[in-house]
Amino acid sequence: MIAELGLAALWLAAALAVLQLFAGALTLTRRGATMAGVVRPVAVVQGILALVAFGALIQVFAVTDLSVKLVALNSHSMKPLVFKIAGAWGNHEGSMLLWVTVMGLAGAFLALVERRLPEPTMLATLAGQAFVSLGFYAFLLIASNPFERLDPAPVEGNGLNPLLQDLGLAFHPPTLYLGYVGLSIAFSFAVGALVTREVGPAFARAMRPWVLAAWIFLTIGIAAGSYWAYYELGWGGWWFWDPVENASLMPWLAATALLHSVSVLAARDALRAWTIMLGVVAFSMSMVGTFLVRSGILTSVHAFAVDPERGSFILALLAINIGGALALFGLRAATVTEGERFALVSREGALVMNNVLLSAILGIVLFGTLYPLVAEALGAKVSVGPPYFNPVGALFFLPMLLVLAVGPMLRWRRDSLGRVGKRLLIPAAVVLIAAIVMVVRGGAGLLPFLGLVLGLGVAVASILPLRERNLRRTPLAIWGMVVAHLGVGVSLIGMASESAYSVERLVALRTGESTSVGPWQVRLSAVEPVAGPNWTALEARLVVAYEDQRTTIVRPQARSFWTPPQQTSESALLTRWNGQLYAVLGGEASDGRWQVRLWWKPFVTLIWLGGGLIALGGLLALIGRVASDVRRIVARDKIAYRRERQGR
Amino acid sequence: MTDPSAPPANARRRSWTIWLPLVLFGAFIVLVLFGLFRPADRNVASALIDRPLPEFTLPASLPDHPGLSSQDFADGQPKLLNIFASWCLPCKVEAPQLAQLAAAGVPIEGISVRDRPEALRAFLAEHGNPYDRIGADDSGAVQLALGSSGVPETYVIDAKGRIRYQHIGDIRPEHVPLLLEKLEAAR
Repeated sequence: MIAELGLAALWLAAALAVLQLFAGALTLTRRGATMAGVVRPVAVVQGILALVAFGALIQVFAVTDLSVKLVALNSHSMKPLVFKIAGAWGNHEGSMLLWVTVMGLAGAFLALVERRLPEPTMLATLAGQAFVSLGFYAFLLIASNPFERLDPAPVEGNGLNPLLQDLGLAFHPPTLYLGYVGLSIAFSFAVGALVTREVGPAFARAMRPWVLAAWIFLTIGIAAGSYWAYYELGWGGWWFWDPVENASLMPWLAATALLHSVSVLAARDALRAWTIMLGVVAFSMSMVGTFLVRSGILTSVHAFAVDPERGSFILALLAINIGGALALFGLRAATVTEGERFALVSREGALVMNNVLLSAILGIVLFGTLYPLVAEALGAKVSVGPPYFNPVGALFFLPMLLVLAVGPMLRWRRDSLGRVGKRLLIPAAVVLIAAIVMVVRGGAGLLPFLGLVLGLGVAVASILPLRERNLRRTPLAIWGMVVAHLGVGVSLIGMASESAYSVERLVALRTGESTSVGPWQVRLSAVEPVAGPNWTALEARLVVAYEDQRTTIVRPQARSFWTPPQQTSESALLTRWNGQLYAVLGGEASDGRWQVRLWWKPFVTLIWLGGGLIALGGLLALIGRVASDVRRIVARDKIAYRRERQGR
Repeated sequence: MTDPSAPPANARRRSWTIWLPLVLFGAFIVLVLFGLFRPADRNVASALIDRPLPEFTLPASLPDHPGLSSQDFADGQPKLLNIFASWCLPCKVEAPQLAQLAAAGVPIEGISVRDRPEALRAFLAEHGNPYDRIGADDSGAVQLALGSSGVPETYVIDAKGRIRYQHIGDIRPEHVPLLLEKLEAAR
């Protein structure tokens, strides 16, 4: 019953999306103006219905209704409740339903609150949103119905991939999806603006909070995903340049560029066409990423939900949505009159550099991700990994750090490097000292060296815009920028330190034997079986001590799940302020010794701390922007009200 | 990208750069269409191809049958290295093909993964024993070191002990000529 309710809600939502699309499009013609009142309410109801459908899916998963095929295939009655619920989106159909739900809700929210744009642009935007949603509704209803029944119902389900039975991961996909799909709003804004040719500061101000919000979720999603891979996969790595990781990085890069160009558009009415282009590209990257992951076209360790036939469907959606938007761009962009001019050395100039470099990195990642496909078309098999991405990416990332250090201190319109140069003496000194220290210590490769040194420089430089400011009266948006830029530096220091100074140890230990890794002494005191709700495990008790301090116990596990049968390794992490000890229990060798893998990773936690700072910066900026927008609207309404009274 | 500070004289240049994203996107679509409809071949070639076998020494799986170490290769003769297990269904399917290869005079070495002697003995009794030696990989460590992700997998090892070819999955009758060809090339 619940499943049928969900399906009905989904069909209704799709029907309303059709209405939203046509009503929105009709308002653009002279005779359809009467439809204008319909679009917003329809958008709201459509979002609510999508949410109802998603709620129904959660419910059938929560109660493990095995007569629903999707539940039978992906869940199991003997699973903790939180993973039953997370199972709802840990599969293809459920995650697509999550996708349309987020799209619908974003559209509904937009329809409810956005009042700053000219109404035609707004309605065109909502029509655009409905158009994109409609494709995904069709995909769900035609090719991936999540509510399909099984008759007879099986007595037990297949279970969820044990790797996914992890709290961090349970909430990683929804976060990432909020980011991916949140960018659809930017896409629809761009399409709406192209249709009505209304591009300017008002448009940029309306678009900015949406881009910011989506970008914050993307940032959190990527950082969380990276941390999940780090501790759950047991390889000790935090980024693998895997196609799925790239699929999340590419929209982030585009959204980061968009975030900066939209600021130029809002503040100075420049970069009009370019901002529109990025709005299209950002969400396009979300869709391309989803396609690459879902179609199974690229081999990936993340292939949790893969199906080539569905790939064709998504590809068709992709061709229609992105192709259509780009064609519209080609037709209309030339008529979007260009905005203000500015000098090369200016805030705008720095932001343009930022955009060029981010776009270049985006291009590099996209090319590297697709290259195996190109090579295969030419008859060769290759895989592209860190040896390509790291140096080639660095080629553009390192100059970007320089722009990041200098840019925020430049004035709008025109500035001189001499004025800013003096202020940069402090970070330059930091860079120099760090470089000397590192050269003396030795042991770091070129990229980690540059990363560590420049990361420090960026971290220091990022705080400089606060100098000569009254901190209490500094707008939140500025704080946001400072915190986010600081996060970039901090994260970079973590990455560089991890790759330069990690110590790895693979040993076979009998119980009672000791070893050392970096500054740590590690003794294997026992290996004993433990049981969880749907797994059993061998758990090692490792007694560890940092230098000569008191001992702690860490317990890495080798887990065996039985639904479905699979083994995973649960690494044990011990965090200190200056890094993490990472322990993995391997198999038992025939002579009673246990394989134990140990890493000491100095300052590795800074990677995710930096990621958190970047997201926090975004959040501060978002709060600041929304608050000032609200103030502006309130003030405008007050003036209008006063005028009205005076007129009377 | 379009240069925002460019003078209007550049409008002509813009008129075609504006279509560039669409053209690139078209190229992307063509590329993935090709990828989507090409014959499915998702095997990842092991990174170990053309490298020497990793060092390993495995105890005998059966008390009356010799175990296997990497030293047993590189004796001037190309060999097949078959990774299998008695609990693995496709291994039963490929048994006749292995017997056929053994009958053709191909030396075949085996690694049994996470197996028990009695189960293995029953398996060999039922499906024949094409193996000169069988090493017991009880933790799967050697299997991983070989870059193998499942059973069965079969490697062609050349006369100098280098891995020349990796066959993933069961050996079907149509694969036998291919393997013989690879063995010939590995001489």
